[in-house]
Amino acid sequence: MEPTIIVRIGYAFISLFVITNYGLLLIGSMARISAKVQGRVGQPVYQPYIDIVKSSAKRNSISHGIMFYLGPVFRLAGGIGTYMFIPAVFGSVLFRNFSDSGDLLLVMYFIFFGQLGMALGAGEGGHPYSAIGVSRGLAQMTAFEVPFALSVIAVAIQYGTLDITAIVAAQQGGFMHWTLATNPLAVLAAIIAFLGMSMHNPFSVVIAPQEIPIGPPTEYQSNLLGMLQTNRAIFNGAKLVLYMNLFFGGATNIVVMVIKTFLIYFINVFVGQAFPRLRVDQSIRFFLGVPTLIGIASVIIAAI
Amino acid sequence: MNELAEKLAVRYGARDWHDQRKDLASVMVDILKIRDTLAWLRDEGGYVHLSFATAIDNIERGVFTLTYALRNHERGHSLMVHAEVSRDNPSVDSIHLLWGQGWTYQREMKEWYGIDFPGSPRVDEEFVLEGWDQMPMMRRDFDSLAYSDATYTERPGRVTHDPAAHMKEKLYPEAAK
Amino acid sequence: MSDNKLKPAPLPNEGLPPEERGLFCDVAPREYEPAKGIVEDFYNWARSESLWILGFGTGCGAIELRPLMTSRFDMYRFGIQPRPTPRQSSVFVIGGYASVKTLKRIVRSYEQMMGPKFVIALGSCTINGGMYWDSYNTIKRIDQYIPVDTYITGCMPRPEALLAGFQELKKIIKAGKGEGQNEYARNFDWYKANQKKVIKNWNMPDYNW
Ligand code: SF4
Repeated sequence: MEPTIIVRIGYAFISLFVITNYGLLLIGSMARISAKVQGRVGQPVYQPYIDIVKSSAKRNSISHGIMFYLGPVFRLAGGIGTYMFIPAVFGSVLFRNFSDSGDLLLVMYFIFFGQLGMALGAGEGGHPYSAIGVSRGLAQMTAFEVPFALSVIAVAIQYGTLDITAIVAAQQGGFMHWTLATNPLAVLAAIIAFLGMSMHNPFSVVIAPQEIPIGPPTEYQSNLLGMLQTNRAIFNGAKLVLYMNLFFGGATNIVVMVIKTFLIYFINVFVGQAFPRLRVDQSIRFFLGVPTLIGIASVIIAAI
Repeated sequence: MNELAEKLAVRYGARDWHDQRKDLASVMVDILKIRDTLAWLRDEGGYVHLSFATAIDNIERGVFTLTYALRNHERGHSLMVHAEVSRDNPSVDSIHLLWGQGWTYQREMKEWYGIDFPGSPRVDEEFVLEGWDQMPMMRRDFDSLAYSDATYTERPGRVTHDPAAHMKEKLYPEAAK
Repeated sequence: MSDNKLKPAPLPNEGLPPEERGLFCDVAPREYEPAKGIVEDFYNWARSESLWILGFGTGCGAIELRPLMTSRFDMYRFGIQPRPTPRQSSVFVIGGYASVKTLKRIVRSYEQMMGPKFVIALGSCTINGGMYWDSYNTIKRIDQYIPVDTYITGCMPRPEALLAGFQELKKIIKAGKGEGQNEYARNFDWYKANQKKVIKNWNMPDYNW
């Protein structure tokens, strides 16, 4: 029986709640793992929660106008929007969210949407560092979108659909059906783009605290910052689920989802601990070079 | 090197040539000839590099001693050119046309000692202090302690120990008695 | 957070040129009432476990902040992180002597921080002038100009001392005594008068919101 729209909204909230907590724990545990790699104890796994409570418990905050408030709102909308159109667990009613045919395009759009909203809000903040941060962020984003988009195109051609559920369905039946096995080039290009997307080490220059102060959110504080932190968790979760669905055969239950997404996220830590940070111009050149070629090759392979 | 000393003496009346080390010497010239001396040293003498310029307050003699440290990279030799200017109404020729960085040193000397360098760019602007309204603070007749006591609030209870006596008492209490 | 009763007069911002006065805030800071009971305790716990320090080194002692980030001392395990902007940080570590010129920046940064905010003053210079006690250009007591929660003695204190100081600060916050922001708002005129006494060319807003 198809659940009614009310029930689906209820389910969506549950699913959102789960992914938020999962995302926060993921960030916390990855920070902890990185710390271990560096030979220190590291922050507690639940540190992201404390940070959010702390930010929200600030007593005063400043504003720079309406657009300034809308920045984090757009950002959060981008994060939630991305997640809402991805079926988190294949075949589950609870975690189906609002995915429907053609949702892949919508998701691609939402990934960009948050950053653009943030750009408007941060620009309103009037701080020169925000503007620099935004332009650097957008430049890098545009660069890694190229290999990512190419690999998504390859996947769409390969399965002949833009419906994520259908793509997951086509990958069922064992490892040999995953995109990872059927079109490894597309996966490679997408994984490299993923490194840029999650802003981990080689490509972390935009939001790194030691760089031009912290990039776009320079002026954000108090509960607005808390919102951005929450979004970071949701967005992380959404990206991971998307990748799992497109390339790693999706998940048929929540345990498989957690294991798979954790491992995908682990790629970040792996690469991030081994490579130093690149400058923005370096990372743009990097993304537009080999990863883009790989992406093009994957499209060609999928097409013939 | 004495050849150089002689030349400077003949041309600019330089005196008191003193070899401090093998690669360092100092010489004294008249304040009115300082710019010409430096220009000649730069163009003819091979001392192309101005390392720094600074001043010393010789209040006992009533003069500021200006010091220009030059370096001859080819010979690996440094030369300190000194010149004395009277403490009342000190004004010296600017060297910013000889060395581009000269005006920074001159701005510094203007702020710290009150030595004027007419024509030097931005010489009257603040250098490191902001809103300083006293006499130039590196002059030795400026009483730093009195100013500090008058301006900044002190926390009561500050004591000063003679380090030797204090440590002796702490480490060897018997000997102190 | 309920509004406090006092409605102060707008600040004159006399240090600014007339055409710029409108661009800056002219409202004096106000006091914020803490939440009640267990809620505030919970908040205070979160505040004490998530100390974001403003990465602004103001004296020799700031050099001791760097080792804290290294694997050897690892301040992250105490929930302490550096933050590059005053807007997001909650702890200001005054790293030693403050010259008048630096004091100006300290005041500005401090005021830009969002409350509740805490100050750790580091080294004897901040306590009674230290070895700069007779200097014409460094202040002797930082607590005359901004409220200070705790001091760390030494010239300069070791990173371990800093960590101990942070633990001390945590105790203060958890006990609900870290109300520097309110103290600043309550004694705003006194602090301003002190600041203006030593900062001769006051060319910034009276309160940097
Ligand atoms: S207390 Fe010592 S180390 Fe610290 S600022 Fe003063 S002189 Fe420097």
